[in-house]
Amino acid sequence: MAMHTPLKQTYNYAFLDEGSKKEIRRATLKAVAIPGYQVPFASREMPIGRGWGTGGLQLTLSLIGDGDTLKVIDQGNDDSVNAVSIKKLVQACTNVAVTTDAEQATLIQSRHRIPEVPIRADQILVFQVPIPEPLRFVEPKEKKSKHLHAEMDYSGIWLRLYEDIVKWGKISIGADYPALAHKRYIFAPSPIPRYDLPKLHQAEGLFLFGAGREKKIYAIPPYTDVEPLAFDDYPFEVEHFEGCSCRLCGSTDSFLDELYDEAAGQTFYQCSDTGYCRKCRERGAQHGK
Amino acid sequence: MGNEDRPLLAVRHLMKRFGKGCATCRNPQNLPSGSSHCPHCGSVLACNDISFDLYEGEILGIVGESGSGKSSLVQSLYFDSPVTSGSATIATYNKGPRNIFLESAQQKRYIRNHLMGMVYQNPWIGLKMNFSSGGNIAEKLIAAGDFNVRAIRSRAADLLDHVEIPITRMDEAPAHFSGGMQQRVQISKALANKPPILLLDEVTTGLDLSVQARVLDLIRRIQRENRTAMLVVSHDLGVIRMLCDRTLVMKQGRCIEAGLTDQILEDPQHTYTQLLVHSLL
Ligand SMILES: Nc1ncnc2c1ncn2[C@@H]1O[C@H](COP(=O)(O)OP(=O)(O)OP(=O)(O)O)[C@@H](O)[C@H]1O
Ligand SMILES: [Mg+2]
Ligand SMILES: [Zn+2]
Ligand SMILES: [Zn+2]
Repeated sequence: MAMHTPLKQTYNYAFLDEGSKKEIRRATLKAVAIPGYQVPFASREMPIGRGWGTGGLQLTLSLIGDGDTLKVIDQGNDDSVNAVSIKKLVQACTNVAVTTDAEQATLIQSRHRIPEVPIRADQILVFQVPIPEPLRFVEPKEKKSKHLHAEMDYSGIWLRLYEDIVKWGKISIGADYPALAHKRYIFAPSPIPRYDLPKLHQAEGLFLFGAGREKKIYAIPPYTDVEPLAFDDYPFEVEHFEGCSCRLCGSTDSFLDELYDEAAGQTFYQCSDTGYCRKCRERGAQHGK
Repeated sequence: MGNEDRPLLAVRHLMKRFGKGCATCRNPQNLPSGSSHCPHCGSVLACNDISFDLYEGEILGIVGESGSGKSSLVQSLYFDSPVTSGSATIATYNKGPRNIFLESAQQKRYIRNHLMGMVYQNPWIGLKMNFSSGGNIAEKLIAAGDFNVRAIRSRAADLLDHVEIPITRMDEAPAHFSGGMQQRVQISKALANKPPILLLDEVTTGLDLSVQARVLDLIRRIQRENRTAMLVVSHDLGVIRMLCDRTLVMKQGRCIEAGLTDQILEDPQHTYTQLLVHSLL
């Protein structure tokens, strides 16, 4: 056997076999029909480790087709190692086009962010989800939390929020802030910042959530009410960046990451959405001419 | 006046069996007399054909030795575990006079949150010990649809004040409280949504006498002020004598005697009751 002859791989289009894709799409349809409800699915072994986006990846692979343009981001960043490897993997078994421009993409797979530019009706955003169960931190047993969802018995999670206010004077949950979908199911939006949560409310696009390790798919379809849990006198608030701007593009209305420049001994800010930042700079350059 | 005659809570032929049951014990007449254990399958008939009425503003006592089925009875009424058979109706239930044991899980939750309050024999079951005392009350208020923190806190403060717990301790966890204080937090939680029916399981057991006296005073005050109907479970006839107009005596899951408390204490009919009463005197 010649050691260096490349093996001819015979993976199916988009890696998964058609039966698996169908099963995932069926679960997805059910998820779309019941906004916020966690639909179990037979999560496959993937060529990346569980906990590294296998749920999102399976959704992406079950949906992708020849006309698609894919964008993959990790905390807003197109160039992170994780995002790049997922992109490469999908490309290797599909030949779809990839982009960093959210507006050019038909399918966006994301970890922990929603792009700045609103998702359109012809786009799908797929989230990688570590913990799909919003009641996990008040009820560790899945069998019980299923009952609580079924009966809409949510006083336990509300009590947690009350205790937070008693202890800290405010609700201390930052990312993955629980919200009520369509006045029925409380769901975990995955660890997106609070800043992104209102983007799910009555949105034009379709949002799909895939948890590979926990084998759950859920969805926020277009024009769904998404209401962050909040008390009447302690309203939901998003992160603010008053007085800060992106040091690359100058943006003052995007979600900013706080970074520290050790050499200069200074804190500075930068758009978390790198694709958006790049476009802002290009636009700025054109205007400058 | 007609309403006054109608019981607020009417329980009929309540059966609560722990265990699968078998051909023998499915007909309780087959059980050996004076026993709640099935000799064939080992099941326990914790409540065997219990019927009674509870009227508005009334305190009904339930006495009996350890293991006679008192806690099983109140916990069945509070839907903690499903009954084997039998019925219970609540006159003021908005869905009408139907068997509450057959209602949906959602409706049962409504009844638990709006029509009943429970104080467990063991406060570790009745309270979330590591949440604040105010939070324990808040959970009930939230379940009833209150989502204003300020309103919740002011109501919780009132309730704690009512049971003589200093408001300064509202944000402390009951795990650090004494047994008497834990019972009083349980009572304030049970009262949160002003339920017409209270189920009190050994509220004073294990408390020292002065604390016990204050809890008994509190119960009488609640009865007077809100005309709350109560089931008071105790194996302590002294407590029953102080609180209850009528009393039901349980033994091995059965109701062996029922009537006016005074009459039962002065002229017990059943030999078992006679024993109970004489051991008290
Ligand atoms: N979860 C359970 N599983 C099996 N048997 C049970 C269970 N709970 C209670 N029992 C049995 O049911 C019978 C009635 O118990 P219960 O706790 O209702 O008595 P009680 O009158 O409240 O006693 P005590 O005065 O000691 O509190 C007992 O024989 C008990 O062993
Ligand atoms: Mg008991
Ligand atoms: Zn920028
Ligand atoms: Zn039997």
